[in-house]
Amino acid sequence: MKHLLSINDIDKDFALTILDTAAEMAKVSEGPVKKLPTLRGKTVVNLFAEDSTRTRISFEAAAKRLSADVINFTAKGSSISKGESLKDTAQTLQALGADAVVIRHPASGAAHRLAQGKWINGTVINAGDGTHEHPSQALLDAYTIRKHLCGGRGDLSGLHIAIVGDILHSRVARSNVLLLTKLGANVTLVAPPTLLPHQVEQWPVKVSFDFNAVLPTVDAVIMLRIQQERMSDLYFPSEREYSTLFGIDSERLALTKPKSILMHPGPMNRGLEISAEAADSDKSVVVEQVANGVSIRMAILYLFIAGSQESVNG
Amino acid sequence: MVNSILIKGGSISGGKKADVLIAHGLISEIAESINTSADQVIDAAGFILLPGFVDLHTHLREPGRENSETIATGSLAAARGGYVAVSAMANTLPVADNSAIVEQVAAIGKSVGLVDVFPIGAVTKNLEGRELADLGSMANSRAQVRVFSDDGNCVSDPLMMRRALEYVKQFDGVIAQHAQDPRLTEDAQMNEGIVASTLGLKGWPAVAEELIIARDILLANMVGARLHICHVTTAGGVEIIRWAKAQGMKVTAEVTPHHLLLTDELATSYDPIYKVNPPLRTQNDVDALRQGLVDGTIDIIGTDHAPHPVESKECEWQNAAFGMVGLETAFPILYTTLISTGRLSWERAIEVMSSNPAKIAGYQSHGRPLQVGEPAHIAIINPAGVLTVDRAQLASKSKNTPFHGMEFQGTVVATVFNGHLTHQGELRSGSHE
Repeated sequence: MKHLLSINDIDKDFALTILDTAAEMAKVSEGPVKKLPTLRGKTVVNLFAEDSTRTRISFEAAAKRLSADVINFTAKGSSISKGESLKDTAQTLQALGADAVVIRHPASGAAHRLAQGKWINGTVINAGDGTHEHPSQALLDAYTIRKHLCGGRGDLSGLHIAIVGDILHSRVARSNVLLLTKLGANVTLVAPPTLLPHQVEQWPVKVSFDFNAVLPTVDAVIMLRIQQERMSDLYFPSEREYSTLFGIDSERLALTKPKSILMHPGPMNRGLEISAEAADSDKSVVVEQVANGVSIRMAILYLFIAGSQESVNG
Repeated sequence: MVNSILIKGGSISGGKKADVLIAHGLISEIAESINTSADQVIDAAGFILLPGFVDLHTHLREPGRENSETIATGSLAAARGGYVAVSAMANTLPVADNSAIVEQVAAIGKSVGLVDVFPIGAVTKNLEGRELADLGSMANSRAQVRVFSDDGNCVSDPLMMRRALEYVKQFDGVIAQHAQDPRLTEDAQMNEGIVASTLGLKGWPAVAEELIIARDILLANMVGARLHICHVTTAGGVEIIRWAKAQGMKVTAEVTPHHLLLTDELATSYDPIYKVNPPLRTQNDVDALRQGLVDGTIDIIGTDHAPHPVESKECEWQNAAFGMVGLETAFPILYTTLISTGRLSWERAIEVMSSNPAKIAGYQSHGRPLQVGEPAHIAIINPAGVLTVDRAQLASKSKNTPFHGMEFQGTVVATVFNGHLTHQGELRSGSHE
């Protein structure tokens, strides 16, 4: 498997391999020397045509811990902001000898275009394309859930996970629906009907408009960022009303099981989809998600670039 | 200079075999066997002679977008497709919203001389939907415009649409509506449905098309005007038009070859070659469009031939241009999907490809039956011919065909326009006598 464009590119076994590999990578990150020689001599380009500090830093840290050379190619001040086409950018990266391109792009399908345009030979890793997918985020979410609720082993069978908020525009939701259900979890989407994709009933999930009714049975709640411009696009009447119906606060959090966890891909709108008390509560694993993100991305880079699935400790 | 052509042994309009003699731009004789000498003799044994095709929906891009297509290259593409008349859409640069532009387009078309180029006039100035274009001036110009369309844009203001429909009655004009509610399709990328939801591409609901169709049918009926619906794509739209026709309302409708064949599943590749306005819909819609064409609900095939340069398609989906070229593949697609299977008779094929569009637009020398004394506009079809679409071989200046590599049956082997061969493909014998 050459590219990671969508969760559909990986089967359940390989998803579990990525999670297992990430667990090994986490040990490296916790050790005194946070570095492996695995990708020495390889060049990883972070092509970020859309601002995203945390995902870029996460991939950069992951690549550096594997000893890869990292080139950051970001929107502001680059040729992308000057109207260079994706094709020309790709060919430039090809000429620079990129072994892998990690791409974040505002257009859905941009990673597919890069991988299938025959403009580039290297591996393409989708780090978020428009409102389509964000596979590494889903993998780090699955890793975090498994670590807390499954002892860090096996799949997610029997777990109930709620994804709450702007499903329609969320690449995190799309990748998570594919991955979490692939790993055996039951997923419920909680959102106002305006923020659910058309024909969502064909997805392998349940849908609820009643957040409180869902909370007592969930093991993990993934809150999605709500973008402020959605209000002017008539998706909901006011921030206040959205927050009241679909935000999580300490009272709602109290409705969940004692061992449940609260997640958010960041950046959070405190006071909108998540209250400060909820974000900072014992159930919140938001900060840990960031750390797990580096391990997951080390695993992805290792497995997709080195093309080897032997133990990293071997 | 070839003045006379003898076409031997072809089936006339899918019926009896006969020889056809063409002289001075007219069909001068049809008989079981003609042995007169002619400047050119075509062996048409096994071939079908049809009245030359008429396209009511063609983007020729000139003036202003000659990097995509010119009237010359578009005319050649049309001739290759069996067309003898095309209707040049108004969304050029500048827009064809006044008599100067439409006369220029018609004049260039005439000087190219491969097909009749009939300009379509814009409904509103600069296609902006705010003021009516110079409808009367265009009608009275040397281009004699009768079809008006803001195609690419919808005449979305209901009052503007009402006025346009009423106004063109004075010269028996027709408004060809691009049915797309703009508010429901802001930034829309593809058919709204499970595929768009999964791909994260902004949806283009079927209802955005259907509610304009319904509205305009009611408006046209109220004011007693002629309405033509461009490129119908949804099952619901077909149903609304079927209802309107059953009430005796004056509406005609068009379907494109690509909407008769392709579905939104193709967007899964994110290849913008499949990006088109209106978008590719579902198999259910394709089935309804085919049925509508067969049963007479849909009157014509319109190509919506929409050339775009490579860079407009070699990019991210959301940044790509809408549109596909279609003149050179229209008939083979129709033959393969509906004629070869027996669902569409030759009689009906002639209606949808030639006589109906000519009637709607008032192109009086076109869409005529193949009879002695009629203008010699003929498409010669080889029903056994196979076309493997190769974008590099297209006559169109642009290569944005979604059919590259696909195989179709039913090829256009030659086209006769005004008594002259404007296209000759796989002819067996072109011996001069």
